[in-house]
Amino acid sequence: MATAESHRAVEAVFRIEQARLIAGLARTVRDVGLAEELAQDALVIALNEWPKGGVPLNPGAWLMAAAKRRAIDGLRRETMLAKKHAEIARDRETERDAGVEAIEAAIDDDIGDELLGLIFTACHPVLAAESRAALTLRLIGGLTTDEIARAFLSSEATVAQRIVRAKRTLGKAGLTFAVPRGKERDERLASVLEVIYLIFNEGYAATAGEDLIRPALCAEAQRLGRILARLMPDEPEVSGLLALMEIQASRLNARTGPDGSPIPLTEQNRARWDQLLIRRGLAALSRAEALGGGSGAYALQAALAACHARARKAEETDWRRIAALYDRLRDVMPSPVIDLNRAVAHSMAFGPEAGLTLLGEIADAALRNYAPLPAAKGDCLFRAGRLAEAKVEFERAAGLTRNAREKAFFLGRAAACGT
Amino acid sequence: MRVMVLVKATEDSEAGRMPTTELLEAMGKFNEELVNAGVMLAGDGLKPSSQGKRVAFDGPGRTVIDGPFAETRELVAGFWVWEVKDMAEAVAWVKRCPNPMFGPSEIEIRPVYEMADFGEALTPELAELHDRTREKAGTR
Repeated sequence: MATAESHRAVEAVFRIEQARLIAGLARTVRDVGLAEELAQDALVIALNEWPKGGVPLNPGAWLMAAAKRRAIDGLRRETMLAKKHAEIARDRETERDAGVEAIEAAIDDDIGDELLGLIFTACHPVLAAESRAALTLRLIGGLTTDEIARAFLSSEATVAQRIVRAKRTLGKAGLTFAVPRGKERDERLASVLEVIYLIFNEGYAATAGEDLIRPALCAEAQRLGRILARLMPDEPEVSGLLALMEIQASRLNARTGPDGSPIPLTEQNRARWDQLLIRRGLAALSRAEALGGGSGAYALQAALAACHARARKAEETDWRRIAALYDRLRDVMPSPVIDLNRAVAHSMAFGPEAGLTLLGEIADAALRNYAPLPAAKGDCLFRAGRLAEAKVEFERAAGLTRNAREKAFFLGRAAACGT
Repeated sequence: MRVMVLVKATEDSEAGRMPTTELLEAMGKFNEELVNAGVMLAGDGLKPSSQGKRVAFDGPGRTVIDGPFAETRELVAGFWVWEVKDMAEAVAWVKRCPNPMFGPSEIEIRPVYEMADFGEALTPELAELHDRTREKAGTR
């Protein structure tokens, strides 16, 4: 018992240090896989020594020193092997010393920069999106392979293999682990933000009764976002994404009923919204806007979320502002679903006829089987008093959805149109 | 999980004795570490209880009591709100906090209730709310 307890304590400290530890080691040995192994070696040493002598005053430095010793041991062993195999005589000593010195020098480099380098590496576009997410959660979030597997409704073997392959791919790519600059930096940053938001949405999609690790992904993504916002305080889209996640997460407790069915935004009990997260989200949004990033795709989505967050009652929602934001978002991030949401916002701001005009402009092909489209048309027609037409649209929506609860809802609205 | 971390009061904090520059510096560094790790959501120091008030409830009665309050060690002198993975992580973070007071002191960690903790207890109210919203949505 006592041992299990002290092991947990050591592991908790290790989790706090892990990302920076791996980041520092990866920069030095130029290999994420090896860096992670060395960090794990350091954990094993700590598990053995800390319960006896207590947690050291500076556990991060202690772990780094332990990992460094392992790296140097490994390098020496390799050199010894090379000596035996190749029988090179003279310059080996200097070679070895140079290697050891390089490790010692590089370890003292700027830590923040290293952590950022590791994040950019784990989210490298040479990897598939799901591999980037798994590797980021493993290396920076400190999640176990089992936890990642459960979070993504996958098997542990699949995730383990995905991570191994990802590390191998990164190894082959011969990366420098440096933070990219210039044009490359923008592209790579987009990939980092995409991964963090993917993790967040995976957690957001979790439903009641599922393994708790899934909703915990939201907290994990927010944490990554906060870390990144500190590392890149001048990047507006980093603050924009953080704002979007904080505000969306503020509604996690209010968005479903006891039976797990979703409650639409305008019907939620706003007293359940997390005011602390809303304030943090609004602050991050102001930062994004102050940095001149008000037109970024994430900042615009955050601004939309903020319109709802600021309204204490659904009736107080500033639909004109929401409509204007959708007009801008449409330019930055064109998609038929955004066109649909934009039409709904315009109908709320300027009346059902305005909504119907915009809904009519949406190319039906992309959304042909998308129930929310006829549902939105039905709602506008209903509000315009065109009940017979509204009924047809609601019935069409009911026929398109596969969700029984939604189907009942649409049929209910169709019935409310009379005959 | 979300936790509230409570810094307990001491005679010094209740007397309004301000921390030294060294402590402020160390505390500032610790706070920065918390923010960098994405752990800290909020936090502040509290003025002595002599500047506080209590409202006592007894049935319909409300009585206002002026500070200072006795039982110094049970009072709170400061707080944080943290988002951590589990209690072990919260403990690990607290352990690396500089001693916030001049003499011996205590920091208490309390998990915040989450939706899942309420279980059945919350269901009737939520069910009612849900029915209400459905009704509203259906007849809009």
